Amino acid sequence: MRSLARLWPYARPVRGTLLVAALCAVLASCFGLVTPLALKWIVDGPVADRDPPGVWLGGLVVALLGVAEAGLAGARRILVAGPLAGVEARMRSAFYHRLQRLPVSFHDRWPSGQLLSRATTDLMLVRIFLSFPLTFLLANGVTILVGFAVLLLQKWTLGLVLLAPVVPLIVLCSLFEERYSRAARTSQDRVGDLTTIAEESVLGIRVIKGFGRHRAQESAFARQSALLRESELRKASLLGRLWGLVTALPELAIGAALVLGVVQVADGDLTAGTLVAFLSTALALRWPVESIGFLLAICNDAAAATDRFFEVMDAPQAPPDAAPEAGPAAGRTGSATVRDRGLRLAGVEFRYPDAPAAAPPVLRGVDLHIRPGETMALVGTTGSGKTTLTALIPRLHDATAGRITLDGREITALPRARLRELVSVAFEEPTLFSASAGENVLMGAAGAGEAELRRALAVAQAGFVHALPDGHRTQVGELGLSLSGGQRQRLALARAVVGSPRYLILDDPLSALDVHTEALVESALREVLATTTALVVAHRPSTVLLADRVALLSGGRIAAVGTHHELLRGNREYASLMSGPEHRP
Amino acid sequence: MTAPDDHDVLPAPQGASAALLRSLLAPARGRVRLTVVLLLLQQAAVQAGPLLVAYAIDRGVPAARQHDYGPAAAAGACYLLCALAAGLMRYAVVRLTARVGQDALLDLRGRIFRHGQALSVGFHECYTSGRLVSRATTDVESIRELLNDGLQELIGVVLSVLYVTATLLYLDPGTGAAAMVSFVPLALLVRGYRRRSIVVHRARSTAIAAVIVKFTETMNGIRPVQAFRREAVNDAHFERLNLEHRRTNAATSVTMARYVLSSRLTANIAVASIVVWDAYRVAEGGLELGVLAASVLYLRRLYDPIDRLGMFLNSYQSAAASLEKIAGLLAQRPSVPEPAVPVALPERGDGGAGREVIFEGVRFAYRAGDEVLPRFDLTLRAGRTVAVVGATGAGKSTLAKLLARFYDPVEGRVLLDGVPLRDLAGARLRREVVMVTQEAFLFSGTVAENIAVGRPDASRAQIEAAARAIGAHDFIAALPEGYDTDVRKRGGRVSAGQRQLISFARALLADPAVLILDEATSSLDIPGERAVQHAMRTVLRGRTAVVIAHRLSTVEIADRVLVMADGRIVEDGRPAELVAADGQFADLHRAWRDSLV
Repeated sequence: MRSLARLWPYARPVRGTLLVAALCAVLASCFGLVTPLALKWIVDGPVADRDPPGVWLGGLVVALLGVAEAGLAGARRILVAGPLAGVEARMRSAFYHRLQRLPVSFHDRWPSGQLLSRATTDLMLVRIFLSFPLTFLLANGVTILVGFAVLLLQKWTLGLVLLAPVVPLIVLCSLFEERYSRAARTSQDRVGDLTTIAEESVLGIRVIKGFGRHRAQESAFARQSALLRESELRKASLLGRLWGLVTALPELAIGAALVLGVVQVADGDLTAGTLVAFLSTALALRWPVESIGFLLAICNDAAAATDRFFEVMDAPQAPPDAAPEAGPAAGRTGSATVRDRGLRLAGVEFRYPDAPAAAPPVLRGVDLHIRPGETMALVGTTGSGKTTLTALIPRLHDATAGRITLDGREITALPRARLRELVSVAFEEPTLFSASAGENVLMGAAGAGEAELRRALAVAQAGFVHALPDGHRTQVGELGLSLSGGQRQRLALARAVVGSPRYLILDDPLSALDVHTEALVESALREVLATTTALVVAHRPSTVLLADRVALLSGGRIAAVGTHHELLRGNREYASLMSGPEHRP
Repeated sequence: MTAPDDHDVLPAPQGASAALLRSLLAPARGRVRLTVVLLLLQQAAVQAGPLLVAYAIDRGVPAARQHDYGPAAAAGACYLLCALAAGLMRYAVVRLTARVGQDALLDLRGRIFRHGQALSVGFHECYTSGRLVSRATTDVESIRELLNDGLQELIGVVLSVLYVTATLLYLDPGTGAAAMVSFVPLALLVRGYRRRSIVVHRARSTAIAAVIVKFTETMNGIRPVQAFRREAVNDAHFERLNLEHRRTNAATSVTMARYVLSSRLTANIAVASIVVWDAYRVAEGGLELGVLAASVLYLRRLYDPIDRLGMFLNSYQSAAASLEKIAGLLAQRPSVPEPAVPVALPERGDGGAGREVIFEGVRFAYRAGDEVLPRFDLTLRAGRTVAVVGATGAGKSTLAKLLARFYDPVEGRVLLDGVPLRDLAGARLRREVVMVTQEAFLFSGTVAENIAVGRPDASRAQIEAAARAIGAHDFIAALPEGYDTDVRKRGGRVSAGQRQLISFARALLADPAVLILDEATSSLDIPGERAVQHAMRTVLRGRTAVVIAHRLSTVEIADRVLVMADGRIVEDGRPAELVAADGQFADLHRAWRDSLV
């Protein structure tokens, strides 16, 4: 439960409210505790003395106490409602903010369902913790202490009898806590796994439909829900035991006190009114004591949720950006020698952080120089690491060794935002966001306008956009119109070229296009590429021909660089990669 | 096109949420009854306390004064017994209700999941994945809260009120009647609260769904998000959605707080008034002191459940808002429904010659008035390979989707060996017709598991054979753990071409009579494509195949080519014939040849 302390930075801004709320709760329950004393006074005083006006006075006091109690209880809830919803929202925003900036390798490792369940159910648990148990553990603790003080003052012998179960209760609670928190953690992790399956089943619906084999997915889901049910039942069984004990033990003590009290009243050691008040107080304490059971349970749930939240928040972040334009070398583009100009990779090595130690790095010593304005095609067999290589340049992954320089500047010396402004990418998998088609394209360049949009759409042969129901203002992506693979790919291409970026990376940009469209895009793209330093991943000769030179990636290295025809003649691997089926040797 | 919010609450028939809740609890009827009985007993045990106190004071004290400790001892013993019984039954009730709740949730999750899977692709293309995920997660979560604690709370509250009122009436009819009068304003408060809170809960559930949609979209597209520096813009957008959720979240709490405040106030004033009245009567000699003492204790208990009732109502309303949405989802009928009486398909002949496919007077439009495929007839002979070519948007994929029955034609029908697809059981159809798309989605799990999607009961040898057949074995074997390599989140570590090979192997393993390949090799390199082409000659034997491809290399193995333009089949014939005919296909073919250099 210590992890709950880590919530402090988020709870800090509302600490005043929480304090006032706790005070309200303490006062409200104290007023509730004082009420039996007022009742005792009525019974022993005016009632015994047959004094009707005294009864009215007593009644008035009871009513006032009641109003105060209700007012305070209500005020507490109203007070915390807004601020605590705010804490939850702030934590969620911070979570989202951090996730967006965690390296891609983190996202490769974490199923998004696990992230989502942390952002939703876990944060709700944290809010519930801050709004109830935190206040009530305090308020009920104080209530119990005050209550016992009142009891001991009234009759210390009886008070001690009632105090007897406290020690076993504390021991049992701490035992419970340990076991319950383990069960809670298991349960929440299982919720995350379930969320992952639910999400994948929706995202992969076409595959599942296409094979009509929902069975595998359904049984995985059923298995996972059964596991969740099992751990929830385990929690319930622990909780049931605790509740049972918390209910029975204090009642046993009250029963003992009752017998003892009756004997004392009979012996004249105690007035009847005192006994009534005493038992009434004891009964009033029952709820605070009983509540400890579920309050502890919520605390444990919240502690597990907090752990899960901070697991992500503590994940190693991408190394911070270099100080902006500090060194003299960083600031001057013009000073770079001709040799350094353009995009240069030197001894670049990369292995995925979670790759087994024995596995060789994906890239082991890539040397490549793309001259300014030059277009380089990158060719290699399926799985040779082409896409991985392209991810290193905008620093979606960081190279594990070696240097990548743009016009002589190391990319690690550039702030990421600046780097990604310079380097524009069209991904193999064209993802569109829930926004208009135009916005999806324009997000490639800050400040680009209508003219740039039209130009980019023209280059990518994405004229179909104008024929959409609302033209380029048509909503696309998850919340909008679904477009075909070829249409998405052309929009993604338009997005990459819209800002006339200095460096352009295209990952198999034409794979989903038909031959005619491909030819049109190629001729339009040629103009763009004439003035851009570009790296184009290519599978086909037609795409390769967009480039001035070709680099062959093989065995984690650049095995050869040259023009298409040079390589076709001089490199057997390249020739086999590029020759159509009819040229089979 | 509709605004996103229109989709969040799908229309459901009147009373669908209540019916859903009932049907979820129906199998647990026995357990619910047992719970009620246990709670009855438990409440009896708990509520006996003050009665025993009254007895001990009124009878025990005078008897003890006579040195007769019998009554006091009896009261004490009963109290102890009740305490033990209350504890035991509390334990039993917690376990029982958890069981009821968890069983119902298991059922509900399964229903949402299965229903989501049964709904047609057309539905999924409009109802975003984030929303569906939020139905299956946060909405179920709020129902969990209701079932876990709510059921107990409600029964507990009702029983406790009944018990206390009955006891008060028994102790002193006047006090009991007075207490019952106080129920009137309380009931009004409850009603008002219910009316207000359903509105705020509905708004909250919609708000969280919007947050989830944004969240999933960002995390699933994290590469372009980072590459295009969307972080700040996304933060701002997320902040807006999150603030809306915060607002609705706070509104639900405030609504609850108002209820607690007003009902507590009413209750406390009622207690004070009744006590004054009772005390007055004791003072006048109309009431025994012990009865007053007991009444005072009971009165406080009578109103104790007010907060709990509020908590129950709160979780009920939150659950009701979620139930509405789930019921709305479950009320969606698949637009490609299962046949009421499935028609059996004739057995495939020995050695299998595939199956014949006939499009009979088929017309199709995704939206009314926006015709994609004008009326056409087409027969695909069993065992033949047909290539479909044409520009993007010509309707090739739509044709394939009709054949895979992702959609039903607006007019006409599609026949498989003479049986309309509409009349085939879904499971049967999927065994016969399999479609591989260019998306090549991989599920988290191992490579072997992903291939086995095509046939879950396949042995490792069969899986490997399928991978070998299309030339995927070598790269799979070279992965760190071979076939047992985890492909991670949506195949993050496997290249697009490799994903396509895996999904191809998946289709082979399924061994369908009709295989549809929609751009299934677009990301392969040339040797990869060549290997697939080579494999297809054997793999497609004994199947009817429809191959959609932009690269005409596929066409070489086709028996027949269909050229589509604007939803119509404009050319139809053997490849060689069409090349010679100098039409659109010949044109495409030339362009493709040129592209090979």
